[in-house]
Amino acid sequence: MKVLDCRGRRCPLPVIELARALSEVPVGDVIRVLADDPAAGADIPAWCRLRGQEFAGESDVDGSKAYDVRRLS
Amino acid sequence: MGVYLDAATAAPLHPVARQALLAALEDGWADSGKLYSQARRARLLLDAARASTAELIGVREDELFFAASGTAAIGRAVAGVVAARRHVGTGIVHSAVEHSAVLKAAAAFGTPAEAPVDRDGRLDVEAFASRVLAPAVVLAAVQSANHEVGTRQPIAPVAEACAAAGVPLLVDAAQTVSHEPAPPGWSLLTASARKWGGPAGVGLLAVRKGTRWEPGDDPGPLDLPAVVAAAAALRAVRAEAKADAERLSAFVDRIRAEVAATVPDVEVVGHPTDRVPHVVTFSCLYVDGEALLHALDREGFAVSSGSACTSDTLRPSHVLAAMGVLTHGNVRVSLHPGVSDNDIERFLTVLPRTVARLRAEAGVDTL
Repeated sequence: MKVLDCRGRRCPLPVIELARALSEVPVGDVIRVLADDPAAGADIPAWCRLRGQEFAGESDVDGSKAYDVRRLS
Repeated sequence: MGVYLDAATAAPLHPVARQALLAALEDGWADSGKLYSQARRARLLLDAARASTAELIGVREDELFFAASGTAAIGRAVAGVVAARRHVGTGIVHSAVEHSAVLKAAAAFGTPAEAPVDRDGRLDVEAFASRVLAPAVVLAAVQSANHEVGTRQPIAPVAEACAAAGVPLLVDAAQTVSHEPAPPGWSLLTASARKWGGPAGVGLLAVRKGTRWEPGDDPGPLDLPAVVAAAAALRAVRAEAKADAERLSAFVDRIRAEVAATVPDVEVVGHPTDRVPHVVTFSCLYVDGEALLHALDREGFAVSSGSACTSDTLRPSHVLAAMGVLTHGNVRVSLHPGVSDNDIERFLTVLPRTVARLRAEAGVDTL
């Protein structure tokens, strides 16, 4: 799984990096975004909805939030 | 001169308020509780302000209290109910999108429980009603309309659920009291004069007779000239409310439609029709909210934002987060009666090119 380490970066940067990286993985694959900016918890699911991608859940990894996104298109 | 589009924070002082303030500074500075003639003049002014305001919001004079701000009014409402109903418990049910003053008061004086909202920011009444029925709930709080996205809350079914559960309802009417009567069914109602063109530093608290509420310690002397000015401003804005609301609501319709059409990758949030006349909010994908605010300020437009980078705490707006909408690149435009066609026209010209420039500078214009 591709992991984007966006810890220490403020929104909208994690969402921008996610948007850039998504085109680099095959459809059906999951990207994990590590982000500690509290706005990412709202913005990554909202971005998925706006862009027609799947938000596959959030978890805690290494003391940071991890957001999983599956490329659908 | 810039164009001020942040009336949901504080509207510009109404000219009538300015006149009343100056007159009351001359005649209303004395302590209204004393027995000499200066005090009697101050008391007459206070009584007149109370009578006028009580009539406009539809309460008895002895149900109305002035406070030092909307925030202070909310604190006094919440603390007073919890104190009076402590034998029942300390539970306070509120919508997830209440003003931060309500959230803070609920956490300070009680044990808060949140009820969710939908994507438009409207309260889930069923979830709310089931939380109100829980044991030890002593108060419920729901705003008349949201201060960030303009969506009205369904106060009628909320009030019904509260009445059925025997729980008093606090309605924060800060965004609606300027142009319409309070929705029926509340036990406590709060508002803030700076939202309707009165001075900052005047809040309203109305407590319906029969509500279990303790007034608490004497909050200290009122800023009487400011109270007089607030009352005068409310009367003045209410006299024009219907025409102003129609004009501002048409501006909001236009902003909603044109922003969606002329700014790529924008999410216009809040309910499109069941909303207050003067608030519109949208989020621009990949744009830094703070950079957008500064860029618009340089173009002469004062707007507000719910983006994390624009807040003291660096946390995003709890309202936008609860709605599940984008929190970055967020702009709230809130209108007052002094806003002109030309102001809106110019804003709608400047906005798309400002967003486009910021995206190009950040290298995100092709994402």
